Amino acid sequence: MSAATQATDGADTAAVRQAITTTARPPRPGGLSQALTFGWRGMLKVKHVPEQLLDVTVTPVMFLLLFTYLFGGAIAGSTSAYLDYTLPGLLVMSVLFTTVYSGVALNTDLTKGVVDRFRSLPLWRPAPLLGSLLGDSVRYVIAGTVIIVVGVALGYRPDAGVVGAVAALALVVVFSFGLSWVFCVLGLLLRSPNAVMNAGFMGIFPLTFLSNVFVDPATLPGPLEAFVEVNPISILATACRSLMDGEPDGPAILVSLAVAAVLAAVFLPITTRLYRSR
Amino acid sequence: MTTQAPLAIEATGLEKSFGDTHAVAGVDLAVPEGAIYGVLGPNGAGKTTVIRMLATLIAPDAGSARVLGHDIRTDGDAVRSQVSLTGQLASVDEELTGRENLILLGRLLGLSRAASRTRADELLEAFGIAEASARLVKHFSGGMRRRLDIAASIVVTPRLMFLDEPTTGLDPRSRNQVWEIARALQAGGTTILLCTQYLEEADQLADGIAVIDRGRVIAEGTPGQLKASVGTGGLHVRLLESEHRPEAAEILERAVGTVVLEADPAALSVSCADPARAADGVSAVARAGLGIAEFSLGQPSLDEVFLALTGHLAEEPDPTLEEQPS
Repeated sequence: MSAATQATDGADTAAVRQAITTTARPPRPGGLSQALTFGWRGMLKVKHVPEQLLDVTVTPVMFLLLFTYLFGGAIAGSTSAYLDYTLPGLLVMSVLFTTVYSGVALNTDLTKGVVDRFRSLPLWRPAPLLGSLLGDSVRYVIAGTVIIVVGVALGYRPDAGVVGAVAALALVVVFSFGLSWVFCVLGLLLRSPNAVMNAGFMGIFPLTFLSNVFVDPATLPGPLEAFVEVNPISILATACRSLMDGEPDGPAILVSLAVAAVLAAVFLPITTRLYRSR
Repeated sequence: MTTQAPLAIEATGLEKSFGDTHAVAGVDLAVPEGAIYGVLGPNGAGKTTVIRMLATLIAPDAGSARVLGHDIRTDGDAVRSQVSLTGQLASVDEELTGRENLILLGRLLGLSRAASRTRADELLEAFGIAEASARLVKHFSGGMRRRLDIAASIVVTPRLMFLDEPTTGLDPRSRNQVWEIARALQAGGTTILLCTQYLEEADQLADGIAVIDRGRVIAEGTPGQLKASVGTGGLHVRLLESEHRPEAAEILERAVGTVVLEADPAALSVSCADPARAADGVSAVARAGLGIAEFSLGQPSLDEVFLALTGHLAEEPDPTLEEQPS
């Protein structure tokens, strides 16, 4: 149709015809390559939607300032002593909050129909999920780095230096890999991104506060102390503290890794199954 | 359409329920390769569910289907590697740019980094969205968005394309462009399964049509056959003056056949398949000095077909049927 062909702001039928005839189907790429492509998509999202990153970093930074300067003196005797105690815990909090967004992002894809597009492609089944994890890990590292940098700016000095800080960050990120599958399951079950966000924070928020992130559990009433002691978030915070202090707490680190492995072992298969059938 | 061509889609007795809703209650389809085949029906008729089953997004509860020779139950991967899904369901990513979306799909389908970029630019150019290629898709206009959806489905040209309600909500100009693209795809050898609730769309594009209502195929054929099954069509005449109608009716009755008085007081129609006789009738009316505002000889519209087949109009969703879950 000449009218359509000459339209400057529409499809050019001749060119469309040309475009249809020019491609032969390339050989199918490997699963890993597909997962990396999904990882690239995750990075692009960090670039295009930085607000999401802002959401998850602002809250922990706010808590850092609030707790250090308002309660720090009362809790630990001085603000600098409290900062030493709480910063590794806030690192944990900051990164774990970010994991909720893995579920939110998955639910957004689902409600917008993007998941159906991916599911209609000849893909290695876990590729989209593993790939988005890759993108998420970038988000985790950024969220964790922000908290450490702000802490250092306020006077926090890890005894184990950069190595200790990096080791603690790495441990939190690995733990988050496990935890994020829980939120992915929520993301595939609930109706809207907002519902996922609310449910996610309803779980992670009290769990973080009922841990040793902010206070030493020794001062808590018995039953509460018992809970805080076994809360995996406490154990993870203890492990991070030990790494940053230069006195690695082997059992705490191992338990943190084991919890991450169990979470992944249980929730990853559920996620893959739901992703396939939804 | 020839029935001799090998079949791109061959479905028998497909069924799917969601809870108590029989979204699809036994659908048979035979779509020849190279055709544009319309699945026509109102909202909630089960069209989308049929597509989702054929594209292997959901498994049927009963029945079987082969798509391009591959069983959708046992050989889903082979199906997925030759088909594309476009429309309401399979969306592009709104939080990426148009170009990024196309590159993403190119990479996933196995194009090299360089080849996927070249392909993305070629498609953006062809579909008239090159200027907006760096814009996030959520800022695209409806027409641009729909063209990008289709471009995303031909990053690697599929042998079969599912086109689900491709023009819903588009202005007439964008709609015509989507139709042009569909025709271009067909000319390139791609079979298209077109789901639509617009009768005009099926009439414009489709070589064959299955009319679907409440999860069942209630009629099948070429647009012409469907129209013929309802009636022969007829001559419609509208007069300048409504008081001339009785006289015109008498003339047409003598010259052509049984006259039907239409709701419009100046209009009348005669059932008639023969253009020569119809022309005689019109000229007889004109010779009698009765002013004619307009006349036409035509087949019944697909709207009339749908009404005759289902007892309700296509555009009115049946209130007893819920919108099917997606």
